Formats: sequence, structure tokens, C-alpha cells
Amino acid sequence: MITSIVRTAIVSLRRDRAALALSFILPIAFFSIFAVIFGGQHDSTSRISVILVDEDRSRASLDLVRGLQREGSLAIRTRPSSRSKSAAPMPEYTAATAEAAVKAGDAPVALIIPHRFGDNPISFGGNGTGPAIQLLNDSSDMVAPQMVAGLLQKAGMTSMPEVMAEKGMKYTDQFIGGFTPEQRKRMNGYLEQLRQPENQQAAAGTSPAQAGSGGGPIAVHTRAVVGENKRNPMISFYAAAVGVMFLLFTASGSAGVLLDEADSGTLDRVLSSRVTMTTLLAGKLTFNTLLAFTQLVVMFLWATAVFKLDLFTHIPGFVVMGLCTAFAVAAFGMLLASICRTRAQLGAVSTLLILIMSSVGGSMFPRFLMPAAMQKAGLFTINAWAIDGFTKVFWRDLPVRELWPQVSVLLAVGIVLFAVARRVARRWEFA
Amino acid sequence: MTVLSMSEAPPQSSSSLLESIPLEVVSLVKRFGQVTAVDGVSLELRGGECLGLLGPNGAGKSTLIRSIVGRVIPDAGRVAVFGSAAGSLDARSALGWVPQELALYPRLTCGENLAAFGRYHGLSGGKLAESVAWCLDWAALQDRAGDLAKNLSGGMKRRLNMAAGIIHRPRVVLMDEPTVGVDPQSRNRIFEMIEALRKEGAAIIYTTHYMEEAERLCDRVAIIDHGRIIAQGAHEELVRSVFAQRSQVLARIAGPPSEIDAWVERHAGRLVGETAEFTIENSTLIAGLLDDAAHSGLELVDVTMRQPNLESVFLHLTGRELRD
Repeated sequence: MITSIVRTAIVSLRRDRAALALSFILPIAFFSIFAVIFGGQHDSTSRISVILVDEDRSRASLDLVRGLQREGSLAIRTRPSSRSKSAAPMPEYTAATAEAAVKAGDAPVALIIPHRFGDNPISFGGNGTGPAIQLLNDSSDMVAPQMVAGLLQKAGMTSMPEVMAEKGMKYTDQFIGGFTPEQRKRMNGYLEQLRQPENQQAAAGTSPAQAGSGGGPIAVHTRAVVGENKRNPMISFYAAAVGVMFLLFTASGSAGVLLDEADSGTLDRVLSSRVTMTTLLAGKLTFNTLLAFTQLVVMFLWATAVFKLDLFTHIPGFVVMGLCTAFAVAAFGMLLASICRTRAQLGAVSTLLILIMSSVGGSMFPRFLMPAAMQKAGLFTINAWAIDGFTKVFWRDLPVRELWPQVSVLLAVGIVLFAVARRVARRWEFA
Repeated sequence: MTVLSMSEAPPQSSSSLLESIPLEVVSLVKRFGQVTAVDGVSLELRGGECLGLLGPNGAGKSTLIRSIVGRVIPDAGRVAVFGSAAGSLDARSALGWVPQELALYPRLTCGENLAAFGRYHGLSGGKLAESVAWCLDWAALQDRAGDLAKNLSGGMKRRLNMAAGIIHRPRVVLMDEPTVGVDPQSRNRIFEMIEALRKEGAAIIYTTHYMEEAERLCDRVAIIDHGRIIAQGAHEELVRSVFAQRSQVLARIAGPPSEIDAWVERHAGRLVGETAEFTIENSTLIAGLLDDAAHSGLELVDVTMRQPNLESVFLHLTGRELRD
């Protein structure tokens, strides 16, 4: 008897392609995405992008820059990348442009080595008198500044051996007693040896395991230039990230009404009136866009009331991003509903696509934590563009005009998806 | 019941349409793969006329109706509604379609459903409100105007389905089996609605596989089978043309099958299930028929004599029951 029940269930499952897809394809797809993100596959671990400004240009600062450039986990940039390969190189970053770049989200961290840093680069015990290196960071990325600060200390310890030795001798001379002329001569000879670049390289080593991040002989002053005044830093990110994911679900569910109407004959009856298929789909798209936008409004109002999100000073940006996002997800839902033959099929396909888009596009965890290849893949999702836009509005406090890339992409995606949906919907027009 | 004449209804775009034939179908062919659903159908519907399209399930009635509405593109032939091609805006405005399915919005009330379909047909403001009120009255749903469509009884849903098809006061109404699945009481109510519609001047095509409905409601009947119209005319004409003054004798009989077959063949009858069917010129011939059965060793279970009807015509022409 049990065998009969099992057999019936197997046959039913085999014929329900939607359930079959959800049972097997979705777990495999998800496992693969998580494996790529967290498993370090293909040696594509993300390098932290760091903007470096050397205002000092002293021997010590140049050594430090070289040390940082040798760090495999840092991608040091001293100037913005040119728009094309043939274009002339852009001017180097200054302290001001570096700060602006961090604010704009070009890099999570900038290091400014100030004038006269080389006069007194090391300050054991934090009692140095020279100017401190400025570490400017975007506080939405909590990992990058910690790593950069540690690697900065490591680079300082290993790339400026003669400075370290000189400082050590100075302190010995000062606090233990003066050196004899003979001792002083031998020490100067050793310092001269350390100043040779090849010896510095040997002292620096190449393996990260050889170096400790140190407790801070190099004075660093860290300052968050983005999000420093935010009361609840990650709320806007998660409101956008989770919001977009559920918008996609709602939009595909709502667009599925088309399938119900086709099944019941209502669609046929509507199309026998003055209403054309284009008018009908445009009407549905408008409704689904407004529904999605209303959902976003409710979610952000909730975030404002409960989690202190600052919605009311970002209304224009929110409205622009909200409407563009709602339009794109509504068109996405219309396309899925047009392609699928049944509600069950729509449920399976939309769940599969939306969960994959959401994980790759940053709705489940921030894209800056993902490998570079995955971050690029995220650009093929509505989620990524929407989240980037909302981040610009709520996190970086950028004006509406700075939203043009996200707005352009989302509107273009919406128009293209709707056009394809209209084409596919021809199957309902005539038999 | 409020009576608003269909002749007061809006929808003609030019006066020339008024002079045209309401509906003309010429040599219409529609194939789905290897299956020919409609096979060279021609018919004409005159103003104020009710034409019954009578045929069993799968005969091609719904495909023909959908071709007239413009929801099916024919492979050959043409359809003209007041001279306009099927599917054109003029044709769509002039046609009202009551599909076989309950094509309603279940979560909208009766009034909201009617208003929605009215707007889809271009009605608005006072005209829309007037039409909704008229349709609710016509369908005897005034007191259910605020009820959700999904909560109505089967018969009420059918009536609302019909009302949604004529909300824009079309001059040609296509009703595709509007009484499917309703109880006799609701069916009578629907008949009254159709008769009221006819009185107001609408031309109607009414598809059914119930002979009694066609006899009661229709001026003319077209019998359709395998996608072809095999006979058409007023139902008395049809019966007369097939049976003249003859009568039908239906006899249920028991006995050896070979004897039954031979007896039926001798009297030019035919077997339909367990019933032998004969056509006789006059009633005096019954005695000879029954005597022959007795001599052949057959036992009569019961014998009925009846005047031929549309079902007899259909059976005679196709060799099949109407409800096959």
C-alpha cells in the first residue's frame, strides 16, 4: 500500500515540472551562488580598492606606498581610471578628490599621507609628534577600513626597516645612554645597508603570514566620510535590498492575474471590446508599477517610524528611484506572466529567477562582499541597480541628478521587458 | 422590467452600416492543425432575428462564434458585421458576446463587473450608469448589485455573464450556450431575458445542443456538425423537408439480435441503442410493423409514436444523437 502511495506521488511530481524545478534546480543554483561568494572559487577573492594620495613624497612615504602596492589584497589606485585606453591619464587624486571619490562610492577607503609625514613616520606608543595618515572610509563597508588599517601597519613595519631601526637607535640613545663613536659608526653603516631598495624588499617579505598587522607604530586618523552622521547605518540598504526582492515577487504574482483572466475567458471578453492587447498590458503595467511603488512607500515609512531612517529629507531621490524600480519590476512581472503558460509555471519560474537575482544582485548580502566577477554579474539584475540607486540617495546623500545611470538602466530594462512581454502576449490575441 | 429599445442604443459609426446586413458569414474555414473546426460555413443573420446554431459538443459552434467576434482568425472566408470586418472597431462595437465560460471578475460586485465591461466598450458617465441599471434590471439582479460575483449562485452568475455581454447595447448578440449547467428555473429566467432582448430588436445567434431551447427561442435553426452546416431554416420547415407528413415510431424490443436486425432492415428503420426507429407515412402502418415483429419471435417492450422534431432531423441527417 505504501508503495502505491509512493508511486502515485512520484508520477505526480514527475509531471509537475514546476515543483520538479523548485525541488532540484533551485537548491543547486543557490548552493552554487553561495559557493562562489563564500568558497573563494576560481581564485577571485575580492581585493579592497584603496585610493592613495601621497602629499609628502618623502623617502618614508614612498617606501610606504611601495609597501602598500605590494599587498596582494589591496588594489591601490593613485588616479582615476581613464575613460578609454587611448585617453590621456587622469590627474592624480588629491585629498579632496579622494574624499569625493569615497563619498561617490568609487572606493570604500582612501589613505592620505600628509605633508611632513616623513619627518617622523613612526610613533611608538602613540606619542609621535608628526602628522597622522588620514584613513577616509565609507562606513557602509565595515570590513575594508579594518583590513586597510591593519595592512597599513604591516606595510609600515616591513617597508621602512631603516626608519624603524633609526627610531629604535634614537630611543636607545635617548633613554639608555649615548652610543660610543664606534657603535654609532657601525649603526650608520647598517642603516645605509637597509636603505638599499633590494634589502628593503627582502626585509618586507612577500607572504602576508610573515607580517603582523601591528598595534600601530604609524599614526592613523580614521574618519568616516560617508554615513558618519547616520543614526542607523544599514537600514536604508536593507530597506532597499529586501524591498526590491519582495517587489519582484509581488509584481510577478500580480501580473499572474493575466493568466487567471486567460483561463476564465475574461481576457477574451475584454479583447472583444474596444480594449486592445497593448492597452490592456499597459493598464496592467501601470497598476503593477503603482502597486510596487506603494509597497516601497509603506516599507520606507515603516523603516522611518521604527528604525529611524531619514526618509523625509530624501523625498525627491526616493520618488525617482522608487518609480523607476517599480516600473522595472512591474515590466519584469509582465514578461514572466506572458511567457508562462500556467500559474504553477509562473510560481516556479519567478521563484527561481527572483531568488537568484536577489542573491547575485545584493538583496541578500551586500555586493561589496562578493568576488569581483560576482559583483559584475550582479549588474545584470534589477536588484543591483535599484539598491545602488537607493544607496546613493540615502547613504551618500547624492542629488537626484547623480542617479542618472541607475534611472537610465532601470527605465531601459522596463521598456525592453515590456516590449518583449507585448510580443509574447500575441499568443493571447488570436487563435 | 424597464424597457429601453435597442434601437435607441448608440453604437453605429456611419449611417451606411444601418442599411447593411447585421451579420454575414461567407465560406468560413478554420483549421487547428489537422482538425477542421469550421468547414466552409455560410450564414446570414437578419435584423431582429434569432438564429439557433444547433449541434453537439465539438461540432464547431464555439469556433464559429469566436471567428465572428474576431477572436479566431479564419483560414478562409469572411465575416462582416454591418459591413465591417470581424475584429474591426465598428464590428466590436456592434457585437455583444456572451461566452460559454463565466468570463467575469469574481472579486468585483455585479455592478462593478458591468461598469468595468461598459467602460471597456467606451461607455462613461450617465450613459454607463444608465446601462448598468438597465442590465441589472434585465438580468433581475438589482437586489444583488452589491454582491461579489463569486458569491452568486450558478444561475445568477450566468445571468450576470449575459448582462456583461450586452452592457453596451449591441445590435447583434452572440450567445454561446448561455444555459450550460443551470437549473430549470434559472433556465426559464434566461429564456425570458432573451425574449425581452428580441422584443427590443436585437439580432441574436444562440448556440445550444438543447433542441427544446432552439425550438422555443429561435426563428431559424442552422444544424452544424463536423464544422459544416448541414441544414438550416425555420424548424417546422426543417422537419417538413426531412420528414414531410411522416411520423416516427420508436420501439424497444427484445429477442435474438439477428432477428432484430433483419426486422429493422425490412422496414427501412435503424437501431439507436436498444431502440428501433422507423419513419412511417401514416399511423395505420404501425399494425403491420408490429405483426411482423411478433412473427419474427420478437417481444415488444414498449412502442411510441411521435411527431418528428429538430432532434429527429439531426438524428436523421447525422445518424447521431444531438448530445453525443
